[in-house]
Amino acid sequence: MNLTIFLLALFDGISYAALVFIVALGLTLIFGVMRILNVAHGSLYAIGAYATVSLTGFFLALGFAPVFAFPLMLVSAVLVGVLLGGPIEWLLLRRIYDKPEVLQLLVTFAVFMILEDVQRLVWGTQPYFRASALQALGNVTLFGVTYTVYQLILLPLVAIGLLFGLRFFLRHTVIGKLILATTEDREAAQSIGIDADRVFLFTFVVGAVLAGLGGALASPTTSILPGMGADMIVLSFAVVATAGLGQIGGAAIAALMIGLGRSFAVYVWPEVAVLVPYLIMVLVLLVRPEGLFGSPVARKI
Amino acid sequence: MSDISQHSTSRGAVKSGGMPSLRALLTLLAVLLLAAVPFIAPSMQLLINLALAKGIAVLGVTVLLRAGQVSFGHALFFGISAYAGAFLMASLPAADLILVLIAGVIGATLSGLLVGLFVVRYRGIFFGMLNLAFSMIFWSILEKFYHVTGGADGIRLPRPTVLGMALERAGFEAVIFYLSIALMVVLGWFTLRWFASPVGQVFQTIKTNETRLEYLGLSPKRVLLSGYLLSAILCGVGGSLMAMTQGVVTPEYVWWVRSAEMVFIAVLGGAGSVRGAFIGALIYEIVRVYASAYAGDIWQMLLGAFLLVIILFAPGGIMGIADGLMHRGGKSLTSTRENAE
Amino acid sequence: MNAMNMPNAAKPPLLETRELMIKFGGVTAANNVSMQIEAGRNLAIIGPNGAGKTTFLNICTGWLKPRSGKVFLEGEDITPLPPRKIVRRGVARAFQIPQLFTEHTALENLLISASAREGLRNPLQNLHNIRQRDEMMHLLDLVHCTDVADRVVVELSEGQRKLIDIAVALALKPRLLLMDEPTSGVASSQKHEVMEILVGALAEAGVTSVFVEHDMGIVARHADEVAVWNAGNVQLRGTPEEILEHPDVIRDVIGEEVA
Repeated sequence: MNLTIFLLALFDGISYAALVFIVALGLTLIFGVMRILNVAHGSLYAIGAYATVSLTGFFLALGFAPVFAFPLMLVSAVLVGVLLGGPIEWLLLRRIYDKPEVLQLLVTFAVFMILEDVQRLVWGTQPYFRASALQALGNVTLFGVTYTVYQLILLPLVAIGLLFGLRFFLRHTVIGKLILATTEDREAAQSIGIDADRVFLFTFVVGAVLAGLGGALASPTTSILPGMGADMIVLSFAVVATAGLGQIGGAAIAALMIGLGRSFAVYVWPEVAVLVPYLIMVLVLLVRPEGLFGSPVARKI
Repeated sequence: MSDISQHSTSRGAVKSGGMPSLRALLTLLAVLLLAAVPFIAPSMQLLINLALAKGIAVLGVTVLLRAGQVSFGHALFFGISAYAGAFLMASLPAADLILVLIAGVIGATLSGLLVGLFVVRYRGIFFGMLNLAFSMIFWSILEKFYHVTGGADGIRLPRPTVLGMALERAGFEAVIFYLSIALMVVLGWFTLRWFASPVGQVFQTIKTNETRLEYLGLSPKRVLLSGYLLSAILCGVGGSLMAMTQGVVTPEYVWWVRSAEMVFIAVLGGAGSVRGAFIGALIYEIVRVYASAYAGDIWQMLLGAFLLVIILFAPGGIMGIADGLMHRGGKSLTSTRENAE
Repeated sequence: MNAMNMPNAAKPPLLETRELMIKFGGVTAANNVSMQIEAGRNLAIIGPNGAGKTTFLNICTGWLKPRSGKVFLEGEDITPLPPRKIVRRGVARAFQIPQLFTEHTALENLLISASAREGLRNPLQNLHNIRQRDEMMHLLDLVHCTDVADRVVVELSEGQRKLIDIAVALALKPRLLLMDEPTSGVASSQKHEVMEILVGALAEAGVTSVFVEHDMGIVARHADEVAVWNAGNVQLRGTPEEILEHPDVIRDVIGEEVA
């Protein structure tokens, strides 16, 4: 492996890790606060990508500049969060918070099944590809390797920004503190007047926006196909499980491990590249069943 | 609706409460009716056969639901068994049907042990999702290593011989059909007995109190593993029957949609109910065949929506509703008799 | 006061702990606990809340691992073993909050316990038909719960659950039974009766017991020996008469109980 290939693999891995991290961040935030694993998270990711492609196509056809694709990504993400995430929490999850975990899992799984067909109905089965945002930012040459600015600089910056932004938000803003208090003890939070229902709704919408944003940001870099949601939920679960459920900072490190592992495998042994994330997860869980940064919960007896 | 497997709690199996004779009679009638299908409705034979194969696999998912666990990846064992049979036929042409079945079960058992040893460390979310991850891994392998697995097209599974005889298509289909019915009866009966046995009862305590289990001197992981192996074997038998019925195995056998379908049928039939697994599979297959003509594009959407309705409003599934009706019927009978007296 | 637990040179004590240490956050729940439990007696553990009594039971049964120190069962070091392996060596446990199979009946809980003890693996045998059924019915009778044998645990009263929890532990035929507040949840008018039954059952089966108890009346009447726990260690040990009249105990423990 020469230096050029090494750098290519490194850059691939970083940009891929950034995308996966953004999606995983939403998944782990929702789990951390609500103790629910949203299997439909992958669908929200896919719909975020589809929505971005459609909106960008529409506005660019009207004569808008390619840079306009960036605000449209945000719009798509927020639309996914509010129009899909909101109703899912409000109409379904709210009814099952006190139910067994398996039941909650089945409910979000059912939503996942529904949304997979919704995508097919709205966007069909043909692949979409629209790289205007990618092209708008041009390329950068680093150590003799030319790479897109979008993937090498923008995506990692967004990921890092979200990581620290979310940390700051949770620790230093009033709403963030309300969320943390509710996470700690829902009943105690309610007894001091926190509207836990609204905190949960807000958290779920934010998590869903992150899924949609992941999809929106991924859309210029890849073809958008049916089934990408199913892949992403398992992949982001692998990241979240490797890190430890609910571990925000840990998810960033796990995403890097998995992203880099996968991209190096692409150059070394391409057939197994898809398997690498799961192999990493299984290896980590064999040694640390609670994930890298999770801690075992001892049952009180 | 507090509990998905409430309708048939462990006690139901141990002490067949209510009307055991009526239940046994209905079961016998249903099996006889199924056995008569090739004569009274030959056009349905293939369809019913696929439903029975799926039903046996669904029984595997049902076993795990009894321990309060759900797996979103059990199509893995369904597929591994099917591929094991196909590989056997490829390397040993004209192998016997029994051999194909045994190869499938061995494949399912070994992979069940391997995956099981890992996943029994987890419960709930992790258990469900790790199973899904393993099935996705195997699916990727089938797709990527196409020179061995045939990729997305899969591999043909030529008709095996039956006790040394090479049968015609019709004859072979009849053999597979009655073999499926026999396996349904035997495995269904075995699973019911297992549920009621000390081992099966201990397995079901995973759902309620693992602390006590540990303080009885038992390892919850090993206890869960025993049921996990049973569930993998049942899925394997189903996959093997399906592969021999269809004559071809594809990665679709392990695709997550297949696992989801199995969970769906288990919940539809009545989570935790042995009879429910088969009734659910029969109803599901029949509805699917007729509905897919009209609703092929939104089939998964319908399943998802229906799954939500069952979970939220009829967590006992079909068997739960049937039990409720029988119970009410029984009551009104008694009251009528009392009135008469 | 040490006359009661003179070390027996010939035979190691049934259970012995040496210099157990454990901390939770900043709180020391076990502070250098060295203790010997001799076979054939009922030892009561008393002491204020948070003194580390339950933690002691958790360490002895392998649920918690001490930061340092060791636990010996008849001379064998069992510190690294998981609870199930300690149970297999004859140490059973009953809990402050009953740990039962809530979807099973009272009798089934006992039958499962007996199956676990006997290692029953025949998949075609019905749990209700196992040979140990009569023995389990007798145990239910012993704890006065025959009338609720076929009731599901969730339908039972707190007191009944406590008794079933103890019966489940007894069904394992242990040599040593550790009980965490066996009479909490039992109506106060019945506490003595329940303890009488229990102590009788233990004596009949030749089981040594250690029980955490808050009710000094119970301790005075049913314990052979008392250990007073305070701040993560045994403060005093002796006969019930010696202990319950000790000024420190009256001030620190009984005073608190009354308050």
